[in-house]
Amino acid sequence: MTGTMDITTSPAVGDRIVHKRFPAINRHRLALYCGASGDHNPIHVDIDFAKASGFPDVFTHGMLVMGYLGQALSDAVAPGRIRSFSTRFAAITQLGAEITCEGQIAELIEAGGERRARLALTARDQTGEIKLAGEAIVALS
Amino acid sequence: MVDQSAVGRRFSPVTAHVEAGRLRYFLDTLGETNPVYRDAAAAKAEGFAAPPIPPTYLFCLEMLDNEKPFEFLTALEIDLGRVLHGEQSFTYHAPVMVGDTLTFSPQVTSVTDKKGGAMTLIGVATTVTNQHGVHVADTTRTIVVRNG
Repeated sequence: MTGTMDITTSPAVGDRIVHKRFPAINRHRLALYCGASGDHNPIHVDIDFAKASGFPDVFTHGMLVMGYLGQALSDAVAPGRIRSFSTRFAAITQLGAEITCEGQIAELIEAGGERRARLALTARDQTGEIKLAGEAIVALS
Repeated sequence: MVDQSAVGRRFSPVTAHVEAGRLRYFLDTLGETNPVYRDAAAAKAEGFAAPPIPPTYLFCLEMLDNEKPFEFLTALEIDLGRVLHGEQSFTYHAPVMVGDTLTFSPQVTSVTDKKGGAMTLIGVATTVTNQHGVHVADTTRTIVVRNG
């Protein structure tokens, strides 16, 4: 009995296996993430610092959004099956962003002596703008 | 501006502890409720001797126990307000679990100017080993410095 759904039965290219939506990111979440992650860059919590750095307001840690994407990923694939996970931070994620994470099987491969899938992953905000684009390699067996 | 002389530069290794309470705070912050990360029995059912860490938590561990979390920025004279995170990757070789003690060894791997020098991309690669000397992961990140 585990809390993790898993891709075990005949995965195919194009299968959408990752999907999760997260609540709007507010200032409180950024403050919590600052402490939880050890990333104390004031640009994410101190509006005065953000303005002095040329931004209109504080903005989300990219790694918070990648944390959401990782959560969506490990809802679909048991953590022990994840071989790699990478993202490009395509755009700044503003306050209020409601992130939706998606992932589909882009390729089935053999590597490291096991069957693996390469998943194409995205995290978008409520306007559909891609904030993170990435991929994960996961073991199928 | 950061130049090619930074490539190959290593920074102080960081020793970090995977603590259950601190991990719970991270999980709560992300609204992560998957029992595998919290509950010893659920972790055991998935083959882990103790709860494993979620996919991005290595990045946090490297900063949480770091006495100088922005060392490489200060050493390279980069203003914190001018950096953005460009890319991040994790390659996992062996499980990392609550109770582990990790050593992070970061190194600058590339310095690339973009847009006529308006931005500089700095690549940093970090190897991660555990208390048994097992190479558990590699991470890479690209830091974007706005020079304008």
